[in-house]
Amino acid sequence: MTNRSILATASLAVAALSIASLMIGAGDLSPVSLATGGLTAEDLRLLFVSRFPRTFATLLAGAGLAVAGLIMQMLSSNRFVEPSTIGVSESAALGMLTVTLLAPGLPIFAKMLVAALFGLAGAALFMAIIHRLRLRSGLLVPLIGLILSGIIGAFVNFLAYRFDLMQSLGSWLTGDFSMVLAGRYELLWLALGLTALAILAADRFTLAGLGRDVAVGLGVPYGVTVAIGLVIVSLVSAVTIVSVGVIPFVGLVVPNIVSMLAGDNGRQTIPYVLLGGAALVLACDILGRVIRMPYEIPVGTTMGVLGAVVFLTLLFRRRPAHG
Amino acid sequence: MDDALRLDERRAAARPIAPPSKPRRSAIRENGVILAGLGALALVSCVLFMTIDARGAWGFVLPFRGAKLAAMLLVGHAIAVSTILFQTISANRILTPSIMGFDAFYGLIQTVLVFFAGAAFAAALDPKLLFTVETITLIGFASLLYGTLLSTGARDIHRLLLSGVILGVLFRSVSGLMQRLIDPTEFVVVQDRLFASFNSVDTTLLGISAIVIAVVTLAVIRMLPVLDVLALGREPAISLGIEHRRMVLIVLGIVASFVAVSTALVGPVAFFGLLVASLARVLVGSREHAATILAASLLAAIALVAGQTILERVLGFDAVLGMVVEFIGGIVFLVLLLKRGTA
Amino acid sequence: MIETNALSKRYGDTVVVDGVTLSLPAAEVTAIIGPNGAGKSTFLSMIARLLSIDTGTAHVCGMDVAKAPSDALALKLAVLRQDNQIVARLTVRDLVGFGRFPHSRGRLTGEDRAMVEEAIGFLGLQDFAERYLDELSGGQRQRAFVAMVLAQDTQTILLDEPLNNLDIRHAVAMMRLVRRAADELGKTIVVVLHDINFAAAYADRIVAMKNGRVAVEGRVEDVVTETIIGEIFGIEASIRQVDDQIVCLFRR
Repeated sequence: MTNRSILATASLAVAALSIASLMIGAGDLSPVSLATGGLTAEDLRLLFVSRFPRTFATLLAGAGLAVAGLIMQMLSSNRFVEPSTIGVSESAALGMLTVTLLAPGLPIFAKMLVAALFGLAGAALFMAIIHRLRLRSGLLVPLIGLILSGIIGAFVNFLAYRFDLMQSLGSWLTGDFSMVLAGRYELLWLALGLTALAILAADRFTLAGLGRDVAVGLGVPYGVTVAIGLVIVSLVSAVTIVSVGVIPFVGLVVPNIVSMLAGDNGRQTIPYVLLGGAALVLACDILGRVIRMPYEIPVGTTMGVLGAVVFLTLLFRRRPAHG
Repeated sequence: MDDALRLDERRAAARPIAPPSKPRRSAIRENGVILAGLGALALVSCVLFMTIDARGAWGFVLPFRGAKLAAMLLVGHAIAVSTILFQTISANRILTPSIMGFDAFYGLIQTVLVFFAGAAFAAALDPKLLFTVETITLIGFASLLYGTLLSTGARDIHRLLLSGVILGVLFRSVSGLMQRLIDPTEFVVVQDRLFASFNSVDTTLLGISAIVIAVVTLAVIRMLPVLDVLALGREPAISLGIEHRRMVLIVLGIVASFVAVSTALVGPVAFFGLLVASLARVLVGSREHAATILAASLLAAIALVAGQTILERVLGFDAVLGMVVEFIGGIVFLVLLLKRGTA
Repeated sequence: MIETNALSKRYGDTVVVDGVTLSLPAAEVTAIIGPNGAGKSTFLSMIARLLSIDTGTAHVCGMDVAKAPSDALALKLAVLRQDNQIVARLTVRDLVGFGRFPHSRGRLTGEDRAMVEEAIGFLGLQDFAERYLDELSGGQRQRAFVAMVLAQDTQTILLDEPLNNLDIRHAVAMMRLVRRAADELGKTIVVVLHDINFAAAYADRIVAMKNGRVAVEGRVEDVVTETIIGEIFGIEASIRQVDDQIVCLFRR
């Protein structure tokens, strides 16, 4: 496919899914009344209080997480990592837990910042560990990430259990858009700004992905680039966790598929990654809404299944050059 | 990493064989003191667990704590032995059944059965019958899946580990999805059965678990000499006349039975096996399975019983043993991985 | 023009580069040779500001590499390290385009694109320009990286063992190209080489390093002699003149 046709297809898919997302739910809206403007006051309320917020939240979280995954893969020069598989999500949850225990009165924005700070620490820890590896085996890096997130996760579980916060922890660790209403998701708009920042710095991330020596040789400040990248990644993780919870594997699945179709030149491919992430999460959310009406299946659960299948496929697709 | 592995093999092959000046004693007798010490420690832990804070009401305390103790001993033994066996057939010291997603697989089988049989029907069924069906299913599918995985992926340990971990994620996610698909009101009925843990031990299955463990352990004891040869790796084992593939499948079946027991009783325990198996090797070496397995089993008993006693009775932290084990075991695993990756 | 003054690097108690003072003239090819562990790559990496300098100074085109801004230096100095293992799926043209980053900050102008095409042509990569790096052979990939370095269009180019992974045909082509870049484009090129004969055949000047120090430095004919080569590498070698070219034979 040519780049332009990919872009067109992806945009169309996102638009179609968004419209579907506006219609589908416990109370159905018909496309006809939406198009002709024949909506009752009740319909409008539903649309503005629930459906629009939910659709925006899904788009923003999907795009943000996919881009965060892409950045993480560039910074660690590894295909198989993303925030939720290297301990960033768990660290951010730890941050939420800590701030809920120590300063429950803080405004949500401040709480999110604390979560982001913890996420940043988690990401930095992961980077520090993999930089120590003499043999940067392509599969050792994600393995270490998964174990690291397991360890942090166990600690978070322990704390939550001790302080009776298992339920809150559950809501942070399982992505779910069913609770999204106007007034409860707006923090996610921050993801839009962060994604824009990522697009601006795309070239630098691509160069960082070619390795420190290449980046420095071309005059790119490697340390600063990595730091900016990690800040974006942890902020995106934190806002999603605070607003809707962890959505696993988006950051892994989308950049990998885009890479297969259109390569890894960040500046060109970030738009696809962004649209792909939005489309994927929207599709999973819609699926979760229709599959077991009137109950909803959280997007975290559907993504878990889908993401694991794609991950395994990638793992056995071909022998990676650097395995 | 591949290189590092190969180097290990070469080093092992190049190690000079000591001249047989006098017949060596068996590993058990050689490590008699250590094993006796571990046995004593395990016994003391059990006694303490049963007696600390048990004021009056013995009629209530004894059966209650006794059942819990029995469960911990069974589970510890099952995890320890299955881990060592799994490491033997995969010729690797950092793989364990649970890291490879074995117990998540058991969880999936449980969920699938409930899903297709209907929650109400499953709840009405005799738990022992259900357990038996689940165990047999696990033995069948796990041997197939992991037999294939081990034979195809054995050369690249990281790919093997990573696919195991992700398989675990997949099994858990599919279970989660199916649980969501079951009618929520019906689901409550089976929920307890699906989520055993150290503090809600499923005691109805103690008897049948004990029988399974006894039978399988006997089988392991009979296989000890073969296991020692299997530990040399695939090629040496074949050239010494072992039917490697068949043996691997048999051992996988044994491992599956152990995993079924421990998961049915207390739920998944990710890194515990790695912890006790590594420690056992440090203490008694790995020359003979008899000693390693015995030591690992005793260590598991000590860790679980003493750990539970300390956490519950001394520190007053109830119900966190699983998390503590996960935390410490995870760190040990990470250190092992890094040691091999950076050395 | 590259000048170093008492340049040193140590790791713990091990001195890897030990007070190297050198002056390498512009528009020449200088080959650094020496046994493994002589400190060649470390020396090169310090000049390229990829490694920090412990003591001493290094100047490239009059700029102090330790103090000059990294992006300004990238306009004067390009470096290619060995083992460029990358995971990113980039096309050859993408990669070479990144060589223009110091000039255009990622927004390629017409002039940049012309430079990119020129570099691709210089290395004979026209047919592979739209191929992804992971679809290329080791030699093609190595050439793509060299094209990126050329596209950077700097006065000074540092190459660390560029002949790794190349078969003899491509190794010769690579060294000819290095020669042309110096002769036709007036580049100052420093190249770390393993093979004495490649160094003798294509370099103007040879720096022989041993144990972190410069053992000998000078024109090819002054350095490639039986005593010096024997001393540095600890081997017995015969040096012959064949068709105006100095060759080194290793005794059986």
